[in-house]
Amino acid sequence: MTRYILRRLISAIPVLFGISVIVFAIMALIPGDPATAILGSFATPENVARLNEDLGLDKPLIQQYFIWLGNMLQGDFGRSFNLNRPVLDEVLERFNATLVLAGTSFVLCSVLGIVAGVVSAANQYGPADKAITFVVLLGISIPSFFLGMMMILTFAVNLRLFPASGMWPIFGDRDLWALLRHLTLPALALSVVATGVIARLARSAMLEVLRQDFIRTARAKGVPERGVIWRHALRAAMVSIIPVLGIQAGFVLSGAVYIEVVFQWPGIGRMLVDAILRRDILLVQGGVVFVAACYVFFNIVVDVAQSLLDPRIKT
Amino acid sequence: MRLLDMTRRAVLASGTALALALAAPLAAQTPPGVLVVGQVAEPQALDPHAVTAVNDFRILMNVYDGLVRYASGTLEVEPALATDWTISDDGTVYTFTLRDGVNFHDGTPFNAEAVVFNFERMLNEDHPYHDTGPFPLSFFFSSIESVEAVDDLTVRFTLNAPYAPFLSNLAYPTGLIVSPAAVMEHGQDFGRNPSGTGAFTFTEWRSNEAVVIEANPDYWDGAPSLDAVIFRPITDANTRVAEMLSGGIDLMVEVPPVALSEFEGDDFRIVEQAGPHVWFLILNMREGPFTEQAVRQAANYAINKTALVEDVLEGTADVAAGPTPPAFAWAYNEALEPYPYDPDRARALLAEAGMENPEITFYVTEGGSGMLDPVAMGTAIQADLEAVGFDVTIETYEWNTFLGRVNPGLEGEADAAQMAWMTNDPDTLPYLALRTEAWPEQGGFNSGYYSNPTVDALLEEARTSTDQDRRAELYREMQVIVQEDAPWVFVANWVQNAVTSDAVENFALEPSFFLLLDDVVKN
Repeated sequence: MTRYILRRLISAIPVLFGISVIVFAIMALIPGDPATAILGSFATPENVARLNEDLGLDKPLIQQYFIWLGNMLQGDFGRSFNLNRPVLDEVLERFNATLVLAGTSFVLCSVLGIVAGVVSAANQYGPADKAITFVVLLGISIPSFFLGMMMILTFAVNLRLFPASGMWPIFGDRDLWALLRHLTLPALALSVVATGVIARLARSAMLEVLRQDFIRTARAKGVPERGVIWRHALRAAMVSIIPVLGIQAGFVLSGAVYIEVVFQWPGIGRMLVDAILRRDILLVQGGVVFVAACYVFFNIVVDVAQSLLDPRIKT
Repeated sequence: MRLLDMTRRAVLASGTALALALAAPLAAQTPPGVLVVGQVAEPQALDPHAVTAVNDFRILMNVYDGLVRYASGTLEVEPALATDWTISDDGTVYTFTLRDGVNFHDGTPFNAEAVVFNFERMLNEDHPYHDTGPFPLSFFFSSIESVEAVDDLTVRFTLNAPYAPFLSNLAYPTGLIVSPAAVMEHGQDFGRNPSGTGAFTFTEWRSNEAVVIEANPDYWDGAPSLDAVIFRPITDANTRVAEMLSGGIDLMVEVPPVALSEFEGDDFRIVEQAGPHVWFLILNMREGPFTEQAVRQAANYAINKTALVEDVLEGTADVAAGPTPPAFAWAYNEALEPYPYDPDRARALLAEAGMENPEITFYVTEGGSGMLDPVAMGTAIQADLEAVGFDVTIETYEWNTFLGRVNPGLEGEADAAQMAWMTNDPDTLPYLALRTEAWPEQGGFNSGYYSNPTVDALLEEARTSTDQDRRAELYREMQVIVQEDAPWVFVANWVQNAVTSDAVENFALEPSFFLLLDDVVKN
């Protein structure tokens, strides 16, 4: 087992190395450089050259890459040009905010999607099924950023029930309650599409299962209908729902970028968008490498967990 | 009770209860005495020498003072940390007398040594704190040869040549004075631990949430009426509007033109102020159809600028007449009339030049500092030009890519490109963008290769003369010639706007685009 974990960890090294090369190359190849972005209309060739020298961007690319890589291996991700603070501080803070938002959305879309799918399947072609199918189709079809803006307009501007943007109140305590109030609208907006996808899948998976013999047996034994659906059928249907939950988790995480912009959520998606527009090279590189490292790490954890649970997976 | 055993009604009831509890109505107002400002972005740093964005200047101008400042409502300098000054006859030595008894927020005294430290840090690469940079706009002061402390309250700047915009540059954020002790203490992190002499002291910077500043009760120019100001970065314009409408902020700047109608009514006030901004098209005078003056003038006649500022920009700009914005009242030529919208005249000029259907490539950007609504404006301009016979191909680029293509010169790239400038004096833009010596290959911004020896001579003299009346005369003459030569299509001067809630009083925008809050009252 230890050897398996070690092997997986070692195999992650070339992946991360490759990512660092790719993100560095992309930032080096896209037009526009940080000095031009900082100087704006004052970007004369002379001023750009002087500022690039101050920023350490006048060295050959290969040398820049290895300086960056060497520093990073020692835990130094450099300083952001535009935020004037260490890249790692910013990335950790932002990643944390994204996890809160995307995590909440993921829980919401999983629970709501499965419940909607099950209810829909249990009442196939009934009014509840038709209503749910209609709402789900609507949810899948509305772009989340648009839905977000409409939610702000309705619940923050007109009804004044929820704050329009941000993660914490400007005045007052930063407690869990305050966080939940700020989280409600963006988390809902972010989870709508994924809820729809999961609901549709849960519905068809349930319909599949409900046709099977063991369900008829359960009903014949006299198990109440609620028990048949929620205990027997759902458990069997989960086998095909769970992989989709995994895929939707990825969609929720990447969809967070739009929602973060609309709701001014201080997450890593918005940070990367701003950093790319401002050509904040070190922040983009550091942010991407960090997120990639997290993905790789989670994958290893999942694989290891699976191999622990399922002896058929060879270690 | 397990979830699965709950009745439908129980689930619905508890869900509704939770939703109702979370949705407790908000206090509609922010507290009195505290002004919450919606900013367009997170500031880069609160070190005035290290930043370049107007967004950052809006905070900095309230925390720091310069030796001089722009008199309220104008772009003319008046005393600030310096009480008066003398200029030598040849225009190269400026001697300032400093205000006595002023302290930085960290308690250390403001004196001549502090001024010397500020400029040495920016300009002298061997200065021990030069590494707290980089200082991208330090070239504003590249004419400084030396700065000396004559005595505790006298400081002398020696320039390498006469340079008329020097005083104006000192009033710009790059000339604000920071506390040397704070720089020494915080080093590279000074930008997050600022200390100046201004009306407000820095309290707290919560990343991506807010910058908080509090009133400085000992301010030399009288303590401000506000207790505190909170700057919130809200990058999305629609969200900024929503926050304003829902009472989350008291003041927002750069209101999108389409959103202005939301704020008509008694709950809000709309504030406007023309600034030193000009939006224009650079025309390529080295190759292609715009080498002909008649074709360049035809483009100026063909574009309906009134429709652009009134329809596309919803009245958030005025029609520009020439290269100098009217905000520089003393240097602006009032006699200059904009090119009228006259498509027939444009067609006649094209025929005269023997080019009924000139093909042109037109660079448009997606957005950028001072560019207003470039894509919509670009399309409207394309339609106007095509109406008189031009065959226009638009190429659209993201702002940094756009600058990377336009600033090195339009040769081999395009026949026309959008551009906008905001400057704090009437000297910088023509000097950097209209002189022969400012062609891109010589390090300037004259990307269309305009060259007129008379204009070169006028600009050179205007920049070195220390007599303001003479300078004004030279600039007025320059504007007439440049308008006639038409190296650009002169399009618009931006009227910046802001919206405040009805609880905010005494707020006005400055032509400098700075946000000055020391007189503002919040009920």
